[in-house]
Amino acid sequence: MTNGESQNKLSKQAQAKTHDASVKKTVKKLMLIVFGMFGFGFALVPLYDVFCDITGLNGKTSNVAASYNVKSIDTERTITVQFLTRTAKGIPWKFEPMVNEVKVHPGERKTVIFYAKNESTSDIVGQAVPSVSPGRAAVYFQKIECFCFNSQPLKASEDVEMGLQFYVDLDIPDDVSTITLSYTLYDITSSVDS
Amino acid sequence: MTTDVIDDQSEHDSHDGEHHDHKMTGIKRWLYTTNHKDIGSMYLWFSFIMFLTGGAMALVIRAELFQPGLQIIEPDFFNQMTTVHGLIMVFGAIMPAFTGLANWMLPMMVGAPDMALPRLNNWSFWILPFAFAILLSSFFMESGAPNFGWTFYAPLSTTYSNGSTAFFVFAVHIMGISSIMGAINIVVTIMNMRAPGMTYMKMPLFVWTFFITAYLLIAVMPVLAGTVTMVLTDTYFGTSFFDAAGGGDPVMFQHIFWFFGHPEVYIMILPAFGIVSTTIPAFSRKPLFGYSSMVYATASIAFLSFIVWAHHMFTTGMPLFGELFFMYCTMLIAVPTGVKVFNWAATMWRGSISFETPMLFSIAFVILFTIGGFSGLMLAMTPADFQYHDTYFVVAHFHYVLVTGALFSIFAGAYYWLPKWTGYMYNDTLSKWHFWCSLISVNLLFFPMHFLGLAGMPRRIPDYALQFADFNKWVSIGGFAFGISQLIFLVLVIKCIRGGEKAPMKPWDGAEGLEWTVPSPAPYHTFTTPPKID
Repeated sequence: MTNGESQNKLSKQAQAKTHDASVKKTVKKLMLIVFGMFGFGFALVPLYDVFCDITGLNGKTSNVAASYNVKSIDTERTITVQFLTRTAKGIPWKFEPMVNEVKVHPGERKTVIFYAKNESTSDIVGQAVPSVSPGRAAVYFQKIECFCFNSQPLKASEDVEMGLQFYVDLDIPDDVSTITLSYTLYDITSSVDS
Repeated sequence: MTTDVIDDQSEHDSHDGEHHDHKMTGIKRWLYTTNHKDIGSMYLWFSFIMFLTGGAMALVIRAELFQPGLQIIEPDFFNQMTTVHGLIMVFGAIMPAFTGLANWMLPMMVGAPDMALPRLNNWSFWILPFAFAILLSSFFMESGAPNFGWTFYAPLSTTYSNGSTAFFVFAVHIMGISSIMGAINIVVTIMNMRAPGMTYMKMPLFVWTFFITAYLLIAVMPVLAGTVTMVLTDTYFGTSFFDAAGGGDPVMFQHIFWFFGHPEVYIMILPAFGIVSTTIPAFSRKPLFGYSSMVYATASIAFLSFIVWAHHMFTTGMPLFGELFFMYCTMLIAVPTGVKVFNWAATMWRGSISFETPMLFSIAFVILFTIGGFSGLMLAMTPADFQYHDTYFVVAHFHYVLVTGALFSIFAGAYYWLPKWTGYMYNDTLSKWHFWCSLISVNLLFFPMHFLGLAGMPRRIPDYALQFADFNKWVSIGGFAFGISQLIFLVLVIKCIRGGEKAPMKPWDGAEGLEWTVPSPAPYHTFTTPPKID
């Protein structure tokens, strides 16, 4: 091998080395994106909740009890609050509101009773999940007390009357005259047991 | 672009690098290969097999829908057919076909000896058959294969799953890993292996579209992996990401899924843009009109794809502002897409066009993809979408963009490069038969679906009201005709591999690019010495 050839070879090796290094660098950067985006997928879950909490989108209401410290009641306006209940597939309960709708003034405190009966022969734990329509009214619908804050264990054929105490915020947009509160009742016995 | 190729065959032969041209024999050659051309061929064959498998499922669907009422299969099996047909066509046929084209052509187009990460390349191919074996094996389970739609909306895939969710999730995990590795390889190759002198704005548009697509894959496939993982833990490990009873939200599933899903549809169409941007100039004998605007349009489409996902969810009860935002962003995509269609038309304008089969498929692509684009624009309009949502109009729309769009572009690419791959010209008569049969049958298959959808026929239903019977009959006939037409292509490819008229180095006189500066068939190793680009 002549001198020139070996030099040529050496520089080729050096080139190959810098090439390998830059390949490794790019791969590392891309792997960071991959892991970052995998994490981002999961981060979307809390982000979604926070987003819905702030904006009240999706009809999600707060899971914490609101405190009632309203100074005045706006008797000029009347809001109709309707109640809907449904049971999810596979829970043999009777579940309904005692009244289908009430009329409230913004700021006024109101209590309504829901009735639930376990019509099966086994003990079941139920969980009611609320949803408000129209979605943008959700942040103005304040629950002071709600059976949906806790799960409801009912023995076979047991029944219960459950209270919901709420008020509608004074800031509710003018064009909202009806709020529908819908509860879906789920069987969560298996996840409570485990 | 002019090229000055130093194809130094003598240096090549005396090259001291290991195992040059020492192919292993038999199955080991294919199992152990790290050669981009071998891997590209395997990807292409695999995707074609999957295309026929998914196509067979589509024919089962069309056979059931030939007449109203239930004749051949049970509704549950019908749902399994629609689900697995979708999964196979998206992840098994279109995406691997593009990866195969990328493997074959990218290194040659940028003047590189191989992909940057050859071993990774081998692995990303060889895990794919296992992914689909897992998915397809679920058919032999007592409860059957996934039946919740390829979009696997929770709670269908969680609470109401038939027990196949784990199979589905792990199959998608493996497909995702394969795609991510393939995409990393493409990006690394393009960034590090370009021949001296090939600046980014000198790269062929084909390379650009794959570059951008690979970035999309890297960004959203991990999100898909996260989504299926959440579905898995919701189904089997008691979490409640998407379960309202435990504080989760099924609508959130749709947000996360479509955050992946919308870029995914561009993953399946941007490479198609790259292919026809290669073939149309070649057969118009004119350079591509507006090259740099094509690059920027591709990049804008990729960017916009991240902020339009909720247009799949207009009927979930979004606030008006959200609906308007997603509607306008979606319509905005029509602008860069319009730029592209305009540029293709302008490339053909006053060109000396000849109608070889790749060009026929490309022209069909431009026209039929545009039809699919327009129906997409109709779907983007929120008020109208409430009527179209979940009807056959949607089915017509995405089959126009995926079959006459993505698939036709793959055919265009395959015909264009077959002489380079095999060293022989394909049988021209057969190819014309393939084209015309496909063109007529595909329109018979998908065009009446628009009318069915507008008249209110819902998707994913094994039975339908009597007034839809006539159109469905024609659609099914079109479906079977289209399916059988694809066998012509299979015969043609096998014939082309086994022999035929010898292909010259550059069989298309208007073709541009480094791949035409190497002999046909392309030698096992090309550009071991990088070419010089002026």
